[in-house]
Amino acid sequence: MEAALLTDAQRDVQDLVRTFAEGEIAPHAASWDREHHVPLDVIRRLGEIGLLGVIVPEEHGGSGLDYTSLCLVVEELARHDAGVSVAVAVHAGLCVAPLLRFGTPTQQAAFLPRLATGALLGAYALTEPDAGSDTASIRARAVRSQGGWRLDGTKTWITNGGFADLFVVFARTGGAGARGISAFVAERGVGLDSGKEIPKLGLHTSSTAEIVLDGFAVPTDGLVGTENEGLKVALATLDGGRITIAAQACGIARAALEIAVSYAQDRSAFGGPIARFQGVQFPIAEIAARLDGAWLMVLHAAALRDGGLPHAQAGARAKLVASRVAVDAADVAVQTLGGYGYSAEFPAERCYRDAKITELYEGTSQIQRLVIARSLLGDAARG
Amino acid sequence: MKIAVCVKEVPDPTAEKRIDPDTKRLVRSGENTLNRYDRHAIEEAVRLREGAAPGAEIAVVLVAPASASRTVDKALAQGGDRSVHLADDGLSGSDIVATSRALAAVLARDSYDLIVFGQQGSDAECYVMASAVAERLARPCVTQVAALALDGSSLKVKRQVETGYETLEVSLPAVISVSDAINEPRYPSLPAIMGAKRKPHEVLSLADVGLAAGDVGVDGSRTHVSALSKPPTRGDSVKLEDDGTAAEKILAFLVERKVVA
Ligand SMILES: Cc1cc2nc3c(=O)[nH]c(=O)nc-3n(C[C@H](O)[C@H](O)[C@H](O)COP(=O)(O)OP(=O)(O)OC[C@H]3O[C@@H](n4cnc5c(N)ncnc54)[C@H](O)[C@@H]3O)c2cc1C
Repeated sequence: MEAALLTDAQRDVQDLVRTFAEGEIAPHAASWDREHHVPLDVIRRLGEIGLLGVIVPEEHGGSGLDYTSLCLVVEELARHDAGVSVAVAVHAGLCVAPLLRFGTPTQQAAFLPRLATGALLGAYALTEPDAGSDTASIRARAVRSQGGWRLDGTKTWITNGGFADLFVVFARTGGAGARGISAFVAERGVGLDSGKEIPKLGLHTSSTAEIVLDGFAVPTDGLVGTENEGLKVALATLDGGRITIAAQACGIARAALEIAVSYAQDRSAFGGPIARFQGVQFPIAEIAARLDGAWLMVLHAAALRDGGLPHAQAGARAKLVASRVAVDAADVAVQTLGGYGYSAEFPAERCYRDAKITELYEGTSQIQRLVIARSLLGDAARG
Repeated sequence: MKIAVCVKEVPDPTAEKRIDPDTKRLVRSGENTLNRYDRHAIEEAVRLREGAAPGAEIAVVLVAPASASRTVDKALAQGGDRSVHLADDGLSGSDIVATSRALAAVLARDSYDLIVFGQQGSDAECYVMASAVAERLARPCVTQVAALALDGSSLKVKRQVETGYETLEVSLPAVISVSDAINEPRYPSLPAIMGAKRKPHEVLSLADVGLAAGDVGVDGSRTHVSALSKPPTRGDSVKLEDDGTAAEKILAFLVERKVVA
């Protein structure tokens, strides 16, 4: 579908990630999921072949490609393994991207070359036990100390948290509310500990951990952007990050659709393939059409970002729509497979468990609606 | 050391193959890509460059329409240093005789120590291009090479044959075709893919390699397809759903046909 929309370079990226994912991920994804195995070796190999440095400029050792290319990578990975795809989405979209936009030349030179190859794997630590959607209420504190800053507090739900080497982390440097937060970047070190892995419904191949900051020392030049204006860094980063999550949702939906199609062709009931029943056909047709729409929204949002144009609205809309398509596509897959859809030995149930996350992280679907509604309705929406 | 790897552009193997009923030729107007068997040939050349032949130069050589530039870049991303691409409208319709003539003419322009082919094209499945080109260049040829080691100016090769393996020694310059078991081609890296476009690309016409229009294409070919027909459909087939008894049913089927006793 998208072939007509992509440049040669974008198709090259897609070819590469497709070949790699089919060869190195697809054969193992089901067992990794069952064993809750985070395939760190495969994530590192993605770095070796350049897929973690897609948006890192060439002068910093990356490929200098656009955000659309990153979305192609995430979508294609998600088709086989949602956990691996979010590792890349967070590494690139939430760690590399804010450094590119807000990082100092020193920070860029220090971290980008290693992020490009996967020598450093990135994470983004905003959420806290008592502050999720309400990002302005985070409580982790950063205080000035000799040679920099000292961070204390607890972050939770941190993707790549169990193994990441580099953290973009947010902490309060001023008073309460949105204006008192700063963004920092620092390598894992004394005072930053990964807490327990959080057991999850799905996404078993992704590390999601608590991060405990206990006097974590960040050097003076670890501040990203302006002091006390870190929430802008956080939210602008999520504006772009959401597009990659929408791409992830499309990848999961595509997998679910493919599972449903091939099963409907093969399974016989009442003397022929179940694909001849309209009750089986129409849900599949509906998902295929909605998925095309969602994917075009992703490509559109990514194209806006690549063109340096405002993309917060397009990204929120793409994520809202794509994540629902993923959940519905997984539901259709399970329904099409009947009892086998419920079996852990068939792939539909993994899609079913994995799809839901796309409606939750990087802003729940309610938050996407809020973003969209506020922009449409202006002050009237705030009452 | 100078190595040439001959590569082919083929229709995307995941797409259905179609034959044009008028020309009786494979339709090549869809998505095309690098013949997957040639990735093993490039990989083996790269391994020589990384090992016994440091500094070896790898030229990717192909006869293909001008539109094959993405395929050329794929081959370069896989490890070639430069490409030599004979692209001429007059080549269309060439069979093995004509294509090998064209390839030999391109290869003769340079003094390659080793010319490497993949074992077959995934479209026409002929397995003979290496032998045909070697014959034209009057070079020794070993096909289906499953392992090789460079030893000074000769090559020790293990060759896969029906009964097992042959171990041969062949002096350079030589032509070989490698089997798809010889190595596991690496994934090209994204920087290598981006860099491929910046490597030297030489595009040649028939005149550049001293060939006339009648030497290649339909006129230079010796094969003429007079008719094509589908293979007869197989007899009754039975499709089993495994409800736990499939193994027994298969066994009964085979016993009935006296395939097993
Ligand atoms: C697997 C996983 C990985 C994650 N990875 C990361 C990560 O790498 N980094 C990171 O910082 N965070 C991460 N998160 C956190 C994630 O972004 C938050 O869970 C999410 O933003 C929601 O916050 P919450 O869980 O605190 O829910 P809450 O904010 O408590 O929301 C609870 C419910 O209330 C609704 N709600 C809240 N406010 C409003 C409102 N104003 N209007 C309408 N409805 C509202 C929500 O939509 C939701 O339904 C991850 C979460 C998960 C599950």
